[in-house]
Amino acid sequence: MNRFEVVTPADVEHASAMIAKPNCAAIAGGVDVLDLQKLGVTRTATLVNLKPLAAMNGIDEKPGGDLRLGALVKLHEVAEHPVIRKRFSAISDAARQAATPQIRNLGTVGGNLLQRPRCWYFRNPLTNCLKKGGDRCFSVGGLNRYHAIFGGGPSFIVHPSNLAPALVAFGASAHIVGPGGVRTVELEKFFALPSVDPHRENDLKAGEIITEIIVPAPARGARSIYIEAREKQSFDWPLVSVAAVIVANGKTVSQARIVMGAVAPIPWRVPDAERTLAGMAPSEENARAAAKIAIKNAAPLPDNGYKVKIAEVLVRRAILGAASEAATASDQT
Amino acid sequence: MSRRVTVELGYPGDTRDVTVEIPDGEPVPWQVPDRFELVGRSTPRVDGAMKATGAARYSYDIVLPEMLYGAILRSPHPAARVRSVDLSAARRLPGVRAAIEIGNDQARFAGQEIAAVAADSSDIADDAIALIKVDYEPRRFAVTIADAAASGAPSVFSGSNLDKPKISSKGDVDRALASAAEKIEATYVTPVQTHVSLETHGAVARFDESGLTVWCSTQGIFSVRDDLAVYFNLPPEKVRVICEYLGGGFGSKFGARPEIVTAARLAKEAGAPVKLMLPRGDEHLATGNRPNAEQTVRLGADRSGKLVAIDLVQRGSGGVGGGSGSSGPFKMVYPCDNIRTSETNVYMNAGPASPMRAPGWPQGCFGLEMAMDELARSLHIDRLEFRRVNNTNPVRAHELDLGARAFRWDDTKSALAKQTGTNRRGIGVACAAWHALGASGPEATAIAHRDGHVEIRCGTQDIGTGTRTALAIVAAEELGVPISQVASEIGDTRYPFSLPSGGSMSAPSNTPAVRQAAAHLRDKLFRIAAPILGAAPSDLEARDAVIRVRFDPSRSVAFKTVCRRIPGDSISAQGERLPNYQEFRPDQAGCQFAEVEVDTETGITRVVRVVAVHDVGTMLDPLTSRSQVNGGVLMGISYALFEMRRMDPALGLMMNPTMDDYKLVGPLDTPKIDVIFLDVRNGGTNTGVLGIGEVVHVASTAAVACAVSDAIGVPIRELPLTPDRILAALEHA
Ligand SMILES: Cc1cc2nc3c(=O)[nH]c(=O)nc-3n(C[C@H](O)[C@H](O)[C@H](O)COP(=O)(O)OP(=O)(O)OC[C@H]3O[C@@H](n4cnc5c(N)ncnc54)[C@H](O)[C@@H]3O)c2cc1C
Repeated sequence: MNRFEVVTPADVEHASAMIAKPNCAAIAGGVDVLDLQKLGVTRTATLVNLKPLAAMNGIDEKPGGDLRLGALVKLHEVAEHPVIRKRFSAISDAARQAATPQIRNLGTVGGNLLQRPRCWYFRNPLTNCLKKGGDRCFSVGGLNRYHAIFGGGPSFIVHPSNLAPALVAFGASAHIVGPGGVRTVELEKFFALPSVDPHRENDLKAGEIITEIIVPAPARGARSIYIEAREKQSFDWPLVSVAAVIVANGKTVSQARIVMGAVAPIPWRVPDAERTLAGMAPSEENARAAAKIAIKNAAPLPDNGYKVKIAEVLVRRAILGAASEAATASDQT
Repeated sequence: MSRRVTVELGYPGDTRDVTVEIPDGEPVPWQVPDRFELVGRSTPRVDGAMKATGAARYSYDIVLPEMLYGAILRSPHPAARVRSVDLSAARRLPGVRAAIEIGNDQARFAGQEIAAVAADSSDIADDAIALIKVDYEPRRFAVTIADAAASGAPSVFSGSNLDKPKISSKGDVDRALASAAEKIEATYVTPVQTHVSLETHGAVARFDESGLTVWCSTQGIFSVRDDLAVYFNLPPEKVRVICEYLGGGFGSKFGARPEIVTAARLAKEAGAPVKLMLPRGDEHLATGNRPNAEQTVRLGADRSGKLVAIDLVQRGSGGVGGGSGSSGPFKMVYPCDNIRTSETNVYMNAGPASPMRAPGWPQGCFGLEMAMDELARSLHIDRLEFRRVNNTNPVRAHELDLGARAFRWDDTKSALAKQTGTNRRGIGVACAAWHALGASGPEATAIAHRDGHVEIRCGTQDIGTGTRTALAIVAAEELGVPISQVASEIGDTRYPFSLPSGGSMSAPSNTPAVRQAAAHLRDKLFRIAAPILGAAPSDLEARDAVIRVRFDPSRSVAFKTVCRRIPGDSISAQGERLPNYQEFRPDQAGCQFAEVEVDTETGITRVVRVVAVHDVGTMLDPLTSRSQVNGGVLMGISYALFEMRRMDPALGLMMNPTMDDYKLVGPLDTPKIDVIFLDVRNGGTNTGVLGIGEVVHVASTAAVACAVSDAIGVPIRELPLTPDRILAALEHA
């Protein structure tokens, strides 16, 4: 049995100092931390409980319209919050479609963004895969139906977070407190490909804590959407998800941000597809063209070519879905 | 001495009078239109509140003084020689009380039991497991049928991995196929499915002066008892097996399985009781599964659509176990003159198969019914009509009519013919068969206490099907008392003998014994009541909580008043289950209809609705019966769309042994399920009850799979019907 202690920090700085030590880690909702401890994939000796840090709670709408999400906010709160539902609906939709009610009542925003991959080689205690310090990614030549179709190599995990693509689509940033002080980083730049470091999925440094997420106020006429395809409808992870924020003026798209989830080791933004939409009508035809571009660099493994098709479909649907909302919105204003 | 009585058997529209010999002491078989108080009405589970509140004691809940916790070390290798097992470091760990080798000198699958420990806590036991040093000599392995059957494949045991084919044949299949007007040939593939019982396997074992007592999660307390008696060289009566509540088994919990024997061995070695309940992952690796199957099916029909030949060449793998046959439906569902089946079990380095809900049938039914659809299409016959033409069972004919009407087969079909868009709906129908007539053997005791409450004792167990409720309904009906006055005591080998709960045998095997016991008890109470009422015992009846004179109901005495005249604390009577006498039919029919919707762009499939039509003999309780059908249908949807044991062929490991990665149907995947019961008085026993656990599962997967192929316009011949397969099929359409 993996034994560990749970300690309570006095404040964020204290917590940061504690988790900077070797063999220490933060625990928020604990959904993923405890899973990995039970599996023996991690053997962390000390878990620093972030939950008492009240400063990391709360959902606020800032005067300028920015949204502040405390890192300890529960997925359930994100899913139900009226302001998020109204102005940032991709984020609440992403939260609502994650996991199960029990997990949404425990899992936090910070933990959701920092949860480890679901890869069955990574989570199997009997395999020493690349991510765990071994020398190969077993999905290569192995069972890879759920693995990456973009950005893979040398590891082919997919980033599991529902919130990440939605937040990246809104251009959100993380506030991070660490031993070196405070920094703010755009989430898009925060997640890191395995080619940078196969052992981690982001750029969080030792001792760093995400305290809050800031989502900038969307442009006028912006509408967002988050959709996903799951094999089964209960208790399952997306095969592919897509978050899109589309700004439309009149009948043309002025700006689009499209981010896919569960297809790459990081939330996978598709700038080429975004650009083709700019200045165009969000028509079926243009959405189709953009979707085609979105998947053009896909590099599927032997078992997961189907995810490319699903990704293309979901990108098209997301564009049309967001655009139809955007169109209604600009009609009204 | 015996009596002859005439009973009416059959179903509305087709009944016949049958005269049966009833031995003395056996109550007259229940007759419709007997006036029932409880039978056929919905009775909520008598133990529902116990389960909902957590008061029901499962093996997991057993805590004994001085109890230790056991854990099992399993082979991480799919194939290895075990050169040595060194338990010394584990033994030295403080808190460890026993450490044993299981005795497998060859590991033949990853997950095979190698050694075990018992310790003061389960944490210490886990630590001790990590300290056991095993010297393995890994060997070559094969974890897929193709690899195991290939030439030069490593032997799982010794010699060939293929058993000799099991062949059964009638008529001349080759000739009939050669001259058939229309024929098809295709191969249908099904995956390994694990049982995923809600409660994991395991036991609590204790040795003391009285012998060995084991609390375990089992479908057969007496079979566990007998196995343990042999293993420990004890007389069976020195082994007591208790299973008050059981969280499902689906066929994976018969006999003294390795974890039960291990718990007992550890208890013996430690000199203290040991609890050994398996963690969830072990359930997928080592406690059984439904074998996979590759079925090459050839069907031939004449112009009128009559089948002239059925040919099955099948191979399947039960891992390191056998029993992968799937020919049942091919022989039984659409009988024709020429039928040949060949089944070959292939051994591979994966967890052993065990019986699973209608063993062999869901996979066989999938192969057969998919082939039926394909042949119907080439014959240009409606798929339902094709089944009607080839069905020879009048009960099923009736059920197909009922189902077609409730499902609106024809209307739905014409509506779907006009559908447009990327979401495509499809419909399917599949037929079931089973033979849940029960068997003789069980006995029961009925006891009336002075306070008026009645106890039924029977050494059966409730695998979750509502056995306690069923037995209580029967006894309460016979004694004319409210069900709240009856307690069913089951799950203890101290109670009268009963059979394992498998093969849908429990209700048809136990209810007649209970009814006989209750009838005997009632006769004893009549003898007490007779002088009070001034009537002969044979003129009395028990109804509405009173005992009264049959021809003068105003002369009555309360059941409880009679009980207060019991001279001792209680009186009791025995009942036994007699061999079946004449039945209406030796089998059950059944059919299920499904409608699905496929998103043809993403390949994601949803089952929209299911209509299930079944005959269950005497309907004891529609609530419980419906719950069985729901469970059977859902399990079938899960098998059709989601479930599969995924083995990495290079590592030899199961990659999805978790509730997260092993995909099971969930609440949002649940369709509307309409259940129709055809009232068939089948006779055979004094209750006429048939088992229902398996027949309701046989056709579910096939109906869904047929509907999916209908929706997308191309057959998909391999389960599960995941998006990748659906998109690939559409691409090649
Ligand atoms: C069955 C199941 C289904 C699921 N389905 C989905 C799904 O569909 N979509 C989805 O997105 N998720 C899904 N999840 C994952 C779940 O949402 C996450 O596990 C959960 O959100 C993690 O949050 P937590 O607060 O419990 O994190 P924890 O487990 O407490 O922490 C996770 C990681 O983040 C670190 N951490 C946490 N907070 C901070 C912080 N503020 N600063 C620095 N480090 C921190 C921890 O050290 C740890 O490494 C599922 C989980 C399960 C079990």
